[in-house]
Amino acid sequence: MFDSLSSRFDDIFTRLRSRGRLSEKQVDEVLREIRLALLEADVSLKVVKAFVAEVREQAQGAEIHKSLTPAQQVIKLVQGALVGVLGKEAAGLRTTSRPPRVILMAGLQGSGKTTAAAKLARLLKGQGRKPLLVACDLRRPAAIRQLQLLGEQTSVQVHAEPGANQDEAPAVASRALDHARLEGFSDLIVDTAGRMHVDAELMKELREVAAAAEPTETLLVCDAMTGQDAVNVAESFLEEVDVTGIVLTKLDGDARGGAALSMAYVTGRPIKFAGVGEKLGDLEAFHPDRMASRILGMGDVLTLIEKAERVFDEAEAKKMEEKLRKAEFTFEDFLGQLQALKKMGPLSQVLGMMPGMSKLPIGDAQLDQQMPRVEAIIKSMTRQERNNPSVLNGSRRARIAVGSGTSIQEVNKLVKQFDEVRKMVKAMSGGGGKGAKRRLPTGMKLPPGLGGL
Amino acid sequence: MPEGIALLLIVALVVMVIGGGALMARTRGPRAPRPSGTEAEAARRVEAPPATRPDQVRPATRAPAKPAEAPPRPTLRDRLTKSRRLLSGRLAEALGQSATEETWEDVEAALIQADIGVSTATKIVSDLKAGARERRATEPDEVMSLLAQQLVGLFEAGRDRALAFAPEPPTVWLVIGVNGTGKTTTIGKLAGDLTSRGHTVALAAADTFRAAADEQLGTWAERSGARIVKHQPGADPGAVAFDAYKFAVARGIDVLIVDTAGRLHTKAPLMDELAKVRRVIEKEGKVHESLLVIDASAGQNGLVQAREFAHAAGVTGVILTKLDGSAKGGIALSIEDTLGIPIKLIGVGESIGDLEPFDPKTYVDALLT
Repeated sequence: MFDSLSSRFDDIFTRLRSRGRLSEKQVDEVLREIRLALLEADVSLKVVKAFVAEVREQAQGAEIHKSLTPAQQVIKLVQGALVGVLGKEAAGLRTTSRPPRVILMAGLQGSGKTTAAAKLARLLKGQGRKPLLVACDLRRPAAIRQLQLLGEQTSVQVHAEPGANQDEAPAVASRALDHARLEGFSDLIVDTAGRMHVDAELMKELREVAAAAEPTETLLVCDAMTGQDAVNVAESFLEEVDVTGIVLTKLDGDARGGAALSMAYVTGRPIKFAGVGEKLGDLEAFHPDRMASRILGMGDVLTLIEKAERVFDEAEAKKMEEKLRKAEFTFEDFLGQLQALKKMGPLSQVLGMMPGMSKLPIGDAQLDQQMPRVEAIIKSMTRQERNNPSVLNGSRRARIAVGSGTSIQEVNKLVKQFDEVRKMVKAMSGGGGKGAKRRLPTGMKLPPGLGGL
Repeated sequence: MPEGIALLLIVALVVMVIGGGALMARTRGPRAPRPSGTEAEAARRVEAPPATRPDQVRPATRAPAKPAEAPPRPTLRDRLTKSRRLLSGRLAEALGQSATEETWEDVEAALIQADIGVSTATKIVSDLKAGARERRATEPDEVMSLLAQQLVGLFEAGRDRALAFAPEPPTVWLVIGVNGTGKTTTIGKLAGDLTSRGHTVALAAADTFRAAADEQLGTWAERSGARIVKHQPGADPGAVAFDAYKFAVARGIDVLIVDTAGRLHTKAPLMDELAKVRRVIEKEGKVHESLLVIDASAGQNGLVQAREFAHAAGVTGVILTKLDGSAKGGIALSIEDTLGIPIKLIGVGESIGDLEPFDPKTYVDALLT
């Protein structure tokens, strides 16, 4: 999501690394590039200006640590500022001493309120709570039905009044609250109609729904693909209701996600959840520190490792590492590990979490198609070929290409890549220490941030 | 598991699958001698001569539209009244004084805030500066009209923005896009417009994924007097499209509009599914329009969306929705400028009549007036 931002900072800092101590002029240059990078990432101009000014101020007053390179100092500053805007730590839902806790979902049309409401209900139910979904979107056709169906899928009760007129949302909210108190529900999640922030009438309705529902939390649901308008949206909603947090949706796309910064900056409220997929389980706590690291080109390594731990068997992984280091890794092993890698999600997503991996000469869709082709090629090899790739002569390769429905070029490429990696890993472990990594035999460069391998 | 091992394994596997070349290109800095794909692309974009110089621009003369598809209500400007002050106010303010470097920066900022994108905005402003100097234009009005000409010039003159109809019915329009852009609502409006002009319309509920999507479409079918073809939730979207096509042929329906599930362009299996929906229809007939719905509030990712959807299912036109908010939809301009996909319609409200043909001049006027 913040991919391109990462690569921009990478570019800047790679360049800075080659220079000596940071001068004021260099700070200016870096800040100009940061401004540009943030704008390209859809951070609202207003927020960019304020953010850059803050970083400049800090840069000027900052003590110079002898232990840090200039680039490291700037990275630290920018990262600190980013975390400062995005929130210090993952923020949970507010609690209330008078149950039920009412959570009001508000936002523009199509931002994902109904889906986010259902995901939140599922999350709370999983924590042993007893949520009630309330259908207060009386405007969009079949919105009530959508919430009812999602309620069925998550086994969460839904308070819906299909016969209500479209201006009765506040009354529905109020009746739902009574119902929830009577029946002992712990949480009330109120889905509202999507509305344009410039639509005075509908914004008034939202205020009325809020007055009737007495929310503990008012979550502004924001599409991660939003552009410059994010700042206007946030300001308008903040004027009408007491926004207490933000839900960032559709983060599983490849939008740079600058809207997250804009929203957090303008509202001063934390981003509490992130929608990361179409399934009802795909709602995660938002991690500001990880996001900031990601912006700075350090990737989202923590999430990546978490995922890896879930899919790779530890003993098996150690064995594979050993084999890789000794160049005993075979296509048979490769095939086995690919199955685990596949479980981590689409290749494009895995790559997105890796540091510095943002500029891709091929599209995500193409990238994700690569995996099945590679699998087909290996599966078309005989056991002997898989265990001893050196026997792969021209006629064998031709046979494999036909068998896998690929081309000889593709087979050649795979074998070459396989060899390269074996050499690369061997070189890395052979030389020992950091210097060895910079002298990879094939001229391959490890992405920055992976130095600790 | 030690994190080093996990990372090493992943890196090794990934490099084996996609090759080290790709990774090198991704990690190389801007000063590297060999430009990476994206840099080369950016360079091409910069080098490409502007399609039309400002002084050569003439407002697009609209091709004589087929009488059937031109609702005669050019009310975009009225609709945009609420938000008009934004860009125009800032520009007028900036241009009210004698032009300094700051003025141009303000113009650029205003364009960026319309989601036009930094590189396009920079280019527009540098062209504007040159144009103003050349013509010795100093009065705010002159500069404003120069800017308007320049923006209109980004839309290719004479491009056909009318929706295509089949010579022999049924006409088939496929409606696609990411989640939450307003596909179903747009289809409702399209159906209402068509039936009000005497066409028979069928809607295919090929969004079988989202809960109650078919019922939402059903409500629009009722409102507009269109027929609807639907299957069970979770059914194969291709099968729905196929049946709907058969239905349209059998009943002599004029226009079949296929609603599809919103999908992020990064999800390969879902994009494949979309390609299949198109293929299935093309086994029997033809898809006359593949319309990409773009949310006016979308940022720079809109361009990536357009590229990926065009790759998977072809895109013949863009429908820019939610222009009744404060978002300007500048990304649609970039889509047309970069990919050559014309914006055909705009959505300016939630009522059945709130869909209008796109006219570059009206759009730019609305942006600047």
